[in-house]
Amino acid sequence: MTARHAKIVSSLAAVALTTACGGYSEIAIETPIRPTMDVSAFQRVFVAGFISGGSEDVDGNLETTRLLRSQLRTKSSLRVIDADSLPLQDVATEGRPAEQTPPTQVKDEKDLDAYSNLFANVEYWKRIGEEYQQPLIVTGTVLFTPHQRNSIVQREEEVYDSFGRRRVIPVRTYQERKGFVLSPKFIFIDGRTGTVMHSTTAREEILYNANQATPALSSYFELMDRVIPSFLSTLSSQKIKGTRVLLQ
Amino acid sequence: MRTATFVLAGLLALAATPAAADNRGDAKKQVEFGIAVAQKGLWREAIYRWERATQIDPSYAAALNNLAIAYEHEGELAKARSAYEKALELEPGNALIKQNYELFREINDRATRKDSQ
Repeated sequence: MTARHAKIVSSLAAVALTTACGGYSEIAIETPIRPTMDVSAFQRVFVAGFISGGSEDVDGNLETTRLLRSQLRTKSSLRVIDADSLPLQDVATEGRPAEQTPPTQVKDEKDLDAYSNLFANVEYWKRIGEEYQQPLIVTGTVLFTPHQRNSIVQREEEVYDSFGRRRVIPVRTYQERKGFVLSPKFIFIDGRTGTVMHSTTAREEILYNANQATPALSSYFELMDRVIPSFLSTLSSQKIKGTRVLLQ
Repeated sequence: MRTATFVLAGLLALAATPAAADNRGDAKKQVEFGIAVAQKGLWREAIYRWERATQIDPSYAAALNNLAIAYEHEGELAKARSAYEKALELEPGNALIKQNYELFREINDRATRKDSQ
């Protein structure tokens, strides 16, 4: 067999192999995700409020309560109870000796730990449940704290060579960056029994260049945007869009 | 006698080869039909076709891959995982099956994440 023949045979083999193995097509799919919690026993949901702390520029309790209520109104089948949020810090300190009183100003996770008894207070939550016709109660803690970190950042820089041609090259620099960390803990309480049914935690952070002045509230909403899908998937079914490859 | 055994074995091997090819050919028809109906949104029919294909030819990785995708679309995540894993056992080096499986795992982990107390 000449070299030419060998070349022809090998090209034919390559084409045959590609035809045999290359039959594929992309297809869009929507995967339904069942909610983590069975909320079929409830018709109503009461976002009762949160123990919050960290940055003084954002009222974590007020903003989280408002945001979750509005999300639940549009994205869940449960009826959202419109009522004032509960004075949870007062409830937590009620009847406790001074040395066991949790800190009124929450600065970090440790301060929040002192409130864990509040969420385990079955009698209190049962009473709240009776008051609001035994809904699913959503409560928990929200810590939104300023954060600072030095890290390597990549940016693009324009350079011109000796012929005046423009090129964009990546440049890595060590920068001081400032931002926020959002750490919410959502606690779901059965309004019929006052017991905790489920709890979920999250941690999201955002960093900006040190000279960039981003309002704390807009950072809070940006971070909550990332947390909300997982919060909603606890209560209601969702569809996740994606693409897969079908093979022949 | 020994020669006769060899001849018989040879004949059997020859007879089995077209049978296997026939199986793959029949399974492939089911797979192709399944793809056509899935593209029209008829996923239940596609599942039926791809299940048939895997019954006809259990070593057909592409049929198992497609079946896994269809199960995913129907929210049957445990079945999808099992089908992907079988497909990858058959063709561990298939980059497209691997890619589908990775994407599936991302969703599956999210759906089954246990962060409750």
